Amino acid sequence: MSAPTSNVTIDTLTEACNSTLGAVHVEAKDISGGCGQNFEIMIVSPMFEGKSTLQKHRMVNEALKDQIAQVHAFSQKSFTPAQWEAFQKQ
Amino acid sequence: MNFLRSASTLALRSTAGSHILTRRAALPATTFAVRHLSDSTKKVIEDAISGNKLVVFMKGTPRAPMCGFSRAVMQIFDVQGVDMEKSLKSFNILEDEELRSGIKEFSSWPTIPQVYINGEFVGGCDIMVTMHQNGELEELLIKEGLVEPETEAHPRD
Repeated sequence: MSAPTSNVTIDTLTEACNSTLGAVHVEAKDISGGCGQNFEIMIVSPMFEGKSTLQKHRMVNEALKDQIAQVHAFSQKSFTPAQWEAFQKQ
Repeated sequence: MNFLRSASTLALRSTAGSHILTRRAALPATTFAVRHLSDSTKKVIEDAISGNKLVVFMKGTPRAPMCGFSRAVMQIFDVQGVDMEKSLKSFNILEDEELRSGIKEFSSWPTIPQVYINGEFVGGCDIMVTMHQNGELEELLIKEGLVEPETEAHPRD
């Protein structure tokens, strides 16, 4: 049985962020222009509290490991709720 | 073998266009065996990051990056005033398949480029952009002596 090259969608990414990272807000964008291979994601989670940027990114990489492996390009921004509030005010 | 053809089309297109994560990503996972970081590759990486203050594992070269993410990181170092010829050691992972998979395992990081400063993994493109914007990168580069503080940061001007 051969798996499809990518079954990653905005929904599967969002779902993984919600369940594994306790995200309170997720904005996932498919910026591939149709092929579904290039994603950009913004994640807000209280679990990022007290973590460095590198630690946050590692948490996201781990949570989305299987999905990241299936796509060409993946870009992330991760925020704690407080950082997210500050970011939106900019 | 239709999937092979479409996979190679994808890989070609993304090399020319935006950024690719891995060539493996373009193919069904089942066609690839899991690679393990060899001792020789591990030594190459360890020697590089211990012998150079700033090391970037990237697609292409600083003068000719082959991917948008690698290009962005080079532009950031350029803007920060890093002497690319003198202070930046880069590895073109497109020319070394073992290094390409090895560095991902070494850093436990799934994407390229990867930046090491003073022997420590600092991050990939997203993190470089964030640190560039919030001032942390400038601070780190000054601390490691990779750029001069203040006005001396752009000697070419």
